[in-house]
Parts: sequence; C-alpha cells; structure tokens
Amino acid sequence: MAVETTDDRVRNTSFVFWSSSKYRTKFYEVLVLGLLFASLYWIINNVVTNLNRLGIRTGFGFLKQEAGFDIGQTLVTYNEASSYGSAVLVALLNTVLMSLLAIVFATIIGFVVGVSRLSSNWLLSRAATAYVEIFRNMPLLLQIFFWYFAVLRALPVPRQSIAFFDTIYINNRGIYAPSPVFEPGFGIVIAALVMALGVAIALRRWARVRQSRTGQPFPVLVTSLIIIIGLLLVSAAVAGFPLSWQVPALKGFNYTGGFSVIPELVAMVVALSIYHASFVAEIVRGGVLSVRRGQVEAARAMGLRPGQIMREVIVPQALRVIIPPLSNQYLNLAKSSALAAAIAYPDLMHVLGGAVLAQTGQPIEVMTIVMGTYLAISLLIALFMNWYNRRSSLVER
Amino acid sequence: MNEAQGAAMIEIRDVHKWFGDFHVLKNINLTVAKGERIVICGPSGSGKSTLIRCINRLEAHQQGNIIVDGIELTDNLKQIDAIRSEVGMVFQDFNLFPHLTVLENLVLAPHLVRRMPRAEAEEIAMNYLGRVRIPDQANKYPGQLSGGQQQRVAIARSLCMSPKIMLFDEVTSALDPEMVKEVLDVMIGLADEGMTMLVVTHEMGFARTVANRVIFMDLGQIIEENEPRAFFEAPQHERTRNFLEQILSH
Amino acid sequence: MAFVASRPEPTLPAPVAAAGVLGWLRQNLFSSPINTLVTIIVLYAIYRIVDPLISWAFINAVWTGTSADACPDGHGACWAFVRARFRQIVYGDYPLDQLWRINVLYAIFAGGLVALMYPRTPGRKWVGLFMLTGFPVVAFLLLVGGVFGLRFVGTNNWGGLMLTLVVAVTAIVGSIPLGLILALGRRSEMKAIRSVSTAFIELWRGVPLIAVLFMASALFPLFTPEGVNFDKLVRTLLAFAIFSSAFMAEVFRGGLQAIPRGQYEAAKSLGIGYWKMMGYVILPQAIRHVIPALVNTCIGIFKETTLVLVIGLTDLLGVIQLGLSDTDWIGGGHIYASGYLFAGLAFWAFTFGMSRYSIHLERHSVSGKNQALQTL
Repeated sequence: MAVETTDDRVRNTSFVFWSSSKYRTKFYEVLVLGLLFASLYWIINNVVTNLNRLGIRTGFGFLKQEAGFDIGQTLVTYNEASSYGSAVLVALLNTVLMSLLAIVFATIIGFVVGVSRLSSNWLLSRAATAYVEIFRNMPLLLQIFFWYFAVLRALPVPRQSIAFFDTIYINNRGIYAPSPVFEPGFGIVIAALVMALGVAIALRRWARVRQSRTGQPFPVLVTSLIIIIGLLLVSAAVAGFPLSWQVPALKGFNYTGGFSVIPELVAMVVALSIYHASFVAEIVRGGVLSVRRGQVEAARAMGLRPGQIMREVIVPQALRVIIPPLSNQYLNLAKSSALAAAIAYPDLMHVLGGAVLAQTGQPIEVMTIVMGTYLAISLLIALFMNWYNRRSSLVER
Repeated sequence: MNEAQGAAMIEIRDVHKWFGDFHVLKNINLTVAKGERIVICGPSGSGKSTLIRCINRLEAHQQGNIIVDGIELTDNLKQIDAIRSEVGMVFQDFNLFPHLTVLENLVLAPHLVRRMPRAEAEEIAMNYLGRVRIPDQANKYPGQLSGGQQQRVAIARSLCMSPKIMLFDEVTSALDPEMVKEVLDVMIGLADEGMTMLVVTHEMGFARTVANRVIFMDLGQIIEENEPRAFFEAPQHERTRNFLEQILSH
Repeated sequence: MAFVASRPEPTLPAPVAAAGVLGWLRQNLFSSPINTLVTIIVLYAIYRIVDPLISWAFINAVWTGTSADACPDGHGACWAFVRARFRQIVYGDYPLDQLWRINVLYAIFAGGLVALMYPRTPGRKWVGLFMLTGFPVVAFLLLVGGVFGLRFVGTNNWGGLMLTLVVAVTAIVGSIPLGLILALGRRSEMKAIRSVSTAFIELWRGVPLIAVLFMASALFPLFTPEGVNFDKLVRTLLAFAIFSSAFMAEVFRGGLQAIPRGQYEAAKSLGIGYWKMMGYVILPQAIRHVIPALVNTCIGIFKETTLVLVIGLTDLLGVIQLGLSDTDWIGGGHIYASGYLFAGLAFWAFTFGMSRYSIHLERHSVSGKNQALQTL
C-alpha cells in the first residue's frame, strides 16, 4: 500500500501575481484611493484657480466682522452691529428652538395617533390610519407652504386681530400673548416650588422603598400634585400674588408688549410636528406590535391588571424597539427643519445661505459651516443611539 | 369517582364558543375535582387549547357556565382577577418576560398582585427555582437559558402565585427532545403533591402514568373521556382509535 | 365516568351578540361605555372636519374665472386658479406646438408602469429593462430635442409635473446602482474601500437635502474648470442622485445583513467567485428582503423633488407657487389653499399608489410566489 506523497499530487498551476487574493485586494484598494485622491485634487485645484480668478477672499475671518443686517427672531442679544459669528449663533439657536418644539409636539401627536391606530374602536383606528396616510404621503414643503401662505398669512391684519379673552391676539404678523412680570416676592413662590418638587421626589423614593418592603402601593402622583399645587397657592398668597401680566396692546400698526411668536415659527412647528408625527405614529405602532401576544397573555394569566401590564410588560419591551427609529426620526426632523429657509424663518440655512452668503460672497466657508453644523447634530444623535442600543439590547444566548 | 374526591374545582356546563362565525367549542361539559389530573389530547384545531384558555378567561365563552373554585366567570373584572390569581398557566412558547431576569420574572406577580413584600417574594421564588432545579440561574435573563430551563422557569413563575389549579398548554411541544424529560419530571413532581392540573399534551407516556382521566377532543367537542388504561387499551370511538394509531405509530 | 360521544355536535350559528352587523358594531364601536364615548367623539370630529370641507371644496367652490376677482373672500375653493394654470402644471413652459413630445412620454411611462405592475404581462422582464435603460434615453432625446429634426427645448422651459417626474425618475434610477455599489463597498473586506464608502454615505445622510441642492447651485461652478459649466437642472439631478444613493445604500446594506452567513459559505464552497456570488446568490435574496424599504425610499425621494423650487426650478409645486404670486391671482388664503390642495392630491396619488403597491408586493412575497424581483 504505497501512499503517494502529497507533493506529487499537488497540481501546481503556475503562480500569476494577479490571481493572488492579497494582491487583488491591494490593487482594488489602491485603485479606489487613487481615483478618489485624483478627483479630490482636481476639484481642489479647480476651486483654488476659480477663487483666484474671481478674486474671492478665503478664510473664516469674516465671522468677527460686523454683520450689518437684522434678524427677525433672536433668542440672544443681537443687532445690526453684531458680528457674523453671533448671527450664526442666533440662527443656530433658532434652528434648535424650532426643532425642539416640533420634536415635542410630533412625539405627543405621534404617540396618540400610533396608539389610536391600535385601538379596538374601529372608527378611532381608521381615523388614525387616515391621519397617517394623508400627512405621510404629502411633501413636507407643500405642507409648510400650506400652513404659512394659506393659513397664517391669510389671517386678518393687526387692526382686525382675532382676540381671545382680550389678552391673546392672533393676526398675520404673529401670535401675541401676555408675558409674565415678576414682582418682588416672587422668589418665595419659586422657593416653594423647588421645595414641593423636592418633597415629591422624596415621596416617590419613599413609596418605592415601602412598596418593595411591604408590597403596599402608594398613590404618589395624586399626592405629589396636591402637595405641589397646595404649596404654590399658599406661598403665592403669603407673598401677595407677586405676579402680573403685561398684556399686548395695539400701537400704530401692530401689537407691542407681551410675548410674541412670529408666524414663520408657528408655520414651521405646525408643519414639522404634523408631518413627522405620522412617522412617529408608525414607529410607536410597530413598537407596540413587536411585543408578542403571548407576553400580554402570560401577564394576564398571572393576574396583572391592564395598567400593570402596560407599565411592567408592554412599555419596557416596546420602548427598546421604538427608541432607535424614533431618534432617527428626530434626526430627520432636525434636518428637514432647514426647509424653513423656503418661508424665510431665520434658521441656520436661511441666515447663512441668504444674507451671510450674499454679503461675504464666500460660498465655500458658508456652506462648510452649514454642513458642519448639521453633521454635528446628526453625529450627536447617532452617538446617543449607539449608547442606547448598547445599554438596552436584550441579553441573548 | 370524582364526586367521591370532594368538591368540584372546575365546572364547565354546556359551554359554546365562536370565533366570529366559526363554532370552536360545542356543548362542552366537564367537571374537575380537587387534586384531579386531566390530560386533554386531540388533533390541532380541535379546540383543546381554546378550552383551557377559557378557564382563566384568556378567551371568553359565549354560552354556558364556567365555575372555577366557586366563582362563575362573567364579564365582572373583579372575579376574573380573582380567578386568574388562583389559576396558573404555562404556555407552549414559555412567554417569559425577556426584559426581566429570571428572579424578577418570578417576583413580579406576587409583589404586584398579591402585594407581597419584595424580600418575601424573592425568598419564595428562590424556593421554587430550587424545586425546578435551577436556583443558580436566578440572575440570568431568559434569553440566556435553554428551552427546557425557560419552561421550568415558567412553571416556577406560575407556582409563585401558589395557584390552586395549573393549566399546561402543550408545554413540551416547542422543546428539543432531550429537554422534554426535565420539564415532564417537574410536572410529575407537582402531580405527586396533589396539584389540580389540566394538561394539553401529546406526551402519551405522561398521560398514562400521571393522568386520572384522559379526554379526547375533535372538531370542538369532547369525543371520548376515560381513565388512561381503558382509554389507551380499549378506545371506544372510531376517531379516537384513528388518532391514537397516528400518534402512537412512530 | 367513561364517556363516549354518541353523535357529532351540530355546528350552530354564532349568537347575534357575536356575529353579523350588530355583533360587529357592538364589538368594534360600542363594546364598553368608554368605547361608545370614543365613537361619539370621533364621529363628531369627523363631522366637524368633513362637513365644512365638502361645502368649501364643492358646494361653494368657484370653478371658472380668469383672475382672483372671480374668487372673492368668504367663498369656497378657487378651482378656477387651478384650471387657469393647468397647462403649466402638466407641461411647464414647454412650447405649445411641442407638447406632443411630453404626451408621448407620459403615455410610455404610464404604459410601462401598468405593464410592470400587472404580473402576467408577457416579456415583463424586457419591459422592466427598457424602462430602466431605453426609456431614459428616449425621454432625454424627446425632451431636449436638437436631433432627428426635433426642435431644441432648453431646460428653462421645463416645469410642472413633467419636471417633477424627470427629477424623481432620474434620482431613483441613478441612485439604485450607485447605492448598491456603496452598500457593497461598506460591507467590503477591504478596509480602505469600506472607510471611503462609510464616510461617503454618512456624510450625505447627515446633511439636509436643501443644503445639498444649495451647494449644487452655489458651489458646483467653483468645482469645475473655467468655461465648463453644467446646466442648473443637470447639477440638481446629479446632486439629487448622489444624495439619494446614500439612503439607497443603507437600504441595500440592511438587505445584505439579513442574508445568513451560510449563504455566502455555501456559494464559496461551490467555488463561485465574488461577483457571481453577489449577482446570483446574495443580491436576489437581499433585494427581495428590502423591497418595502426600497419603495419607502422612493416615496421619500418623490416627495423631496419639491425642494428643487428652492433653487429656482419650477416643479409641480413650483408652478403653483409661481402662479400664486402672479398679480392676476393675488388674493386670500383660499386661493393658496386651493392650489396647495390640488398639488397635494397630485403628489398623494403617486406616493399613496407606490405605498399600496409595496404592500401588495410584500403580501405577494410572503405567499412564496415572489415575482417582485422581476419588477426591478
């Protein structure tokens, strides 16, 4: 039984270097990187030539110069004499304000609609489905235009404002509401509020420990509300109700005094909330549906009541499924808020792509700031998402 | 014989149920005495799972009466709660809560429903985990356990409510063959302690050794009912014979 | 205690409370006092919305007229505006005597879609191939002209639904192959290619489309050598396709991830090379997985075509917006509302149709007889 040595049986195809897998990998890599750098070089070269040819300044030095234009809504001190840098900050804050407001409303509407879609009431679930199908399938820009041009701009002029209780006025220039004026002694009320919140938190903790020790639940929510409202009323009475309201009044062509919201912000927040709520609703529905039927049956078979099943079984499991796509939706919302530029709400896109670009004539720097800021926002949300996923992923074998 | 054993634990009288227009339970009559162990078998779709799910009102019946431990099942939520905390149920696919550890799964209902102090509930839970022989897995998550271990946890979870009746819905059907025995052993142990049990299963060996009575269901009705020896050796109804032939032939 | 059934129990009809219209109403609308209350509230809300909407859109609407004077405030919708602008809405500013060219394209487009959706079309694969390759060429030649004796028509005359479809179809058709390449790149074992693909995808996914379009119109001229200048529409289409490809790539990546490792291993153990493995084994399965997500992305792209109006192109919404700022039609909010409602319905018809079709495909593929792949 002569055994052939393996050496004799190896078929030695002549070794050619391009069929080596290592070589091929390197070849493709070098090819792709080479093409990439070549095109980048070409673009940069073109940009430098064009900039020189057109005599465009470069660098971010303009950020320190005086901007010389006004902005319709400013959350921090800003006037025409402020720098471009502060204009960017004002614009960024406007974007953040609009996005946060829309996120809050979209979440509330979305949860209500999403849960309604799952309702056993046929009419309610159909109405919720109609909401989702209508608003999800129409372009956001169109909805923004609708709320801004067809609804808000069509409101009466200031002299014929729609008034609520003679304190809140709505017209085509915006919404005007009384603003609070804090008088001396208001500190007492604030102190009372802080104290009440502290008591509520302590109560919650105590109730948890007690339930864990004795099994007896305690109505924390109701008690806390009573304590907070009670303490607020008492302290306000003691201090002599140290709060008054500055009511807006018609002066010349518009209302002054009080608290006002420009219609552009209202249109953006309304449109963003309604549009994105339809996506949030689908996310919520998917999350709740992802909790398997058997989970609820097992909890019911154990004698848990509907509220307990919701709190202990459905919500913790659904949230794991809901939060990643939900934060992605928030990211989409923040990005789509750049459409504000189309109705001249002074957000990042409008201020930088409009006045700043026009006055400085430095498109590269301006667009770098815009893109960089949105990328940074995206990155922050992505980081949160990764952190949450790592923390909440179910332990599996 | 069951009258001799004392008061009826479960009484099912002339029960009918429909899913939409589909008549799924037809005129069911069954009385279960305290400590009795009943095995229900039958082809899939025969209504056997639906029947035991009616006993703790996971499904509602539309005609007839079901009386569990002297409480009649109606729409009254208080009564349903009372019955559910006395009737334990184990499912085919375990239905452990994946976001809670094994111990938390066991403590949840005694703490929230029985309002038992957490420490006491944990002590009882550990005790039952010991009885199903997996006390060392208490702090793992269900996803980390094998199917057999998960099913034993599910049994322990039901036992923590100290139920008077246990319902088993095809609890070994989703298990690998080598894990079936460990679960059946736990159930045999329970039977030896005198637990009232209704078991939907195809494990005929279990039925032979443990059951007081075997019930065969088909097309929503009870076809045959007998003590296990007679049931297996001399089935009366033709459909029972067919079914047993199919299930015992391999 | 032994019991044997003597007769089969009869199958009885369900009691009235559980079946029939009454049972359905009871179960779905009036099962409990709270449920009944919800039903009444929803009914009232629907009444409060639908009743004024009907009288606004139909009963009090103005259907004819040549200017805003025909649609005074306080009346209903102003469909006269939509009628006056209807030609622009459908054809943009395309020369009147050349409209047939667009009509021909609409006909091919609609016919092709219907043929693709109907599962028993003979030679469906070839229709699909034509729609993906031949049709864009035909469309380009017909729309631009300048050859075969067709008059040249500049893109500044393009607009309306025609432009919307041009942007949408180009972006979708262009982004699918690009997205596929990016997705494969992101899952490649070669580190450099993986990093470049990932960076490219995440860059575009992280910025708003409007900023990208803005960049295409403001920055692009700086990127090309002096004298080389692309048409504004071409730049927009390019930006749109690249931007969308990042989202397509993520869709395809999801599909690739869903394919179990065993499939790759089985293909490799049969001695199949990378490209053949991808083309014959992996991608056919992956694409089947992602059809719903793919259609969703297409719907997103279709809706986002409206953004081109921000950089001065007049798509369907742009034509409406332009018409509303016409001095003849300056008027109350109801004229705006009419214009937007009409445009909204037009968009909605397309997007809702797409989403229904995707649901249909999904159901189809669950049943195992999936032919969805052939529609791609």
